[in-house]
Amino acid sequence: MLVEEKTSLAEEIESLVKEYGNDRSALLTILHDIQKKHRYISDYAQQEIARHLNIQPVEVYSVISFYAFLNSTPKGRNIVRICRTITCEMKGKAAIEKAIERELKIKIGETTKDRKFTVEYANCLGLCDVAPAMSINDRVYTRLTPEKAVQLLNNIK
Amino acid sequence: MENTKTERPGKVIFSEYKRGGGIIKAISMGRDDILLELRGSRLKGRGGAGFPTSTKWMLTAASISDEKYIICNADEGEPGTFKDRVLLDEYPELVFDGMVVAGYTIGAKTGIVYLRGEYEYLLQPLQDYLAEMRKDNLLGNDILGKEGFNFDIKIFLGSGAYVCGEETALIESLEGHRGEARNRPPYPVNTGFNGKPTSVNNVETLATIPHIVLKGAEWFNNVGTSNSTGSKLFSVSGDCKKPGVYELPWGTSINELLELVGAENTKAVQIGGASGFCYPKSQFDRKLAYEDVATGGSVIIFNESRKMIEVLRNFMEFFVEESCGQCTPCRIGNTKLLEGVKQIEKGEHTFSYINKLKELGKTMQVSSKCGLGQSSPNPFISIIENFKDEVLNYNNGGDNGRL
Repeated sequence: MLVEEKTSLAEEIESLVKEYGNDRSALLTILHDIQKKHRYISDYAQQEIARHLNIQPVEVYSVISFYAFLNSTPKGRNIVRICRTITCEMKGKAAIEKAIERELKIKIGETTKDRKFTVEYANCLGLCDVAPAMSINDRVYTRLTPEKAVQLLNNIK
Repeated sequence: MENTKTERPGKVIFSEYKRGGGIIKAISMGRDDILLELRGSRLKGRGGAGFPTSTKWMLTAASISDEKYIICNADEGEPGTFKDRVLLDEYPELVFDGMVVAGYTIGAKTGIVYLRGEYEYLLQPLQDYLAEMRKDNLLGNDILGKEGFNFDIKIFLGSGAYVCGEETALIESLEGHRGEARNRPPYPVNTGFNGKPTSVNNVETLATIPHIVLKGAEWFNNVGTSNSTGSKLFSVSGDCKKPGVYELPWGTSINELLELVGAENTKAVQIGGASGFCYPKSQFDRKLAYEDVATGGSVIIFNESRKMIEVLRNFMEFFVEESCGQCTPCRIGNTKLLEGVKQIEKGEHTFSYINKLKELGKTMQVSSKCGLGQSSPNPFISIIENFKDEVLNYNNGGDNGRL
């Protein structure tokens, strides 16, 4: 990581701590914001957050590793989550998954070479009445067909 | 997601309500009167566990502390459940008014909505709604002129962990820790968020409160059965013509529900989500109520074309993934049950081993630390018992064993 990047990240964390406080209960909110902006929480970010909240870096790591939506290694710029829970499975999840895998030439859990997409599974998105569903970043898409799903990905610049 | 606000029929939650109505009525009443009305209504927690709401609130109200919290549990992660999404999306006035009434009753100044990360798209509309409420003095200081009644609501976004729906895991997560369940007692009503008395209520429970406050316990008791008062939201999905959220009085039979949603050739119904029980045709005359088939409201319908062992595998994969891993019965137990399901699928199982796994399931039900491991063997045991012929002969001697 470049020195400049480090400085800007450190400043960013400092302003988040100012906004949410340096209490332990602010940890997940801070992590969430960093994750949203950078798509991952780097070792350096973990150390800085730990320093501000007066806890051990390993505690920050332990929290990150617990939650499905936080990660400590870089992912693609867009995160696609295909719901794999029962109703979506019954309504054609497998075909959507295969179509996306073919289109992006990766398997579930992988990131495309240009780092544009990471494709993962999600556990029940709570959209069973309009299954099958998937999410792209923080938006959700319902009543998918393989064609529609692929089209949604292709619409992203 | 499509944005369709449909008129929904219902006797309690979906009955007519004007924003702020419950709050106006509540602040004209004494705190004890609200608690008595609530006790009279015999409202039970709608998240699935069915703990009497009045008891929870009385205990929190009786705890002595300078700070108390009311938490709205919107970490709706149970497979097949989406009623909270509909409530927060289409009826935020009910949920937030319910929280304000709760704050007034138990003496809390802060309400926290724990919104699951998967529902992040609801965050901004809800924040906007709260801002409107602040403008109209439904939140803030001296609410609606009631001197000394200060209350505000904030929203906390979860990060994708099913187990955080368990109330003590939820509190751990709010405090910035891994979402691992605590030992109980002490209960959150005494030692909750930041060690302060905290009442954690389901979205649907809170949405019912303004109606009860406005219309009274007796009106509420007129709906439902004698042991299960009021109505329930059911999230219906799977093989039916009209999936969606339905408000039905407690005591409705499974058959009646199936007819209503246009389900045909139904073989099985999973009630209570992945952690619930699977019922075969012979039990479709049973009633949805705390005294018979108790549920948090998830109904997944399977028709004759579905293979129950594949359904079971999907459920067990879910639990293996979502077990937080801190207690052994749940961490190892779910893995073993999934292994067993895979053996059955391949036709490599022995009956004695399957029986051992059923015993293991029963051990998990009593020895797991929280509701996840206590209920995850439910689908395993109920699907294998209720669909024995189909499941145990899958891949062994012909399709479904009987053909």
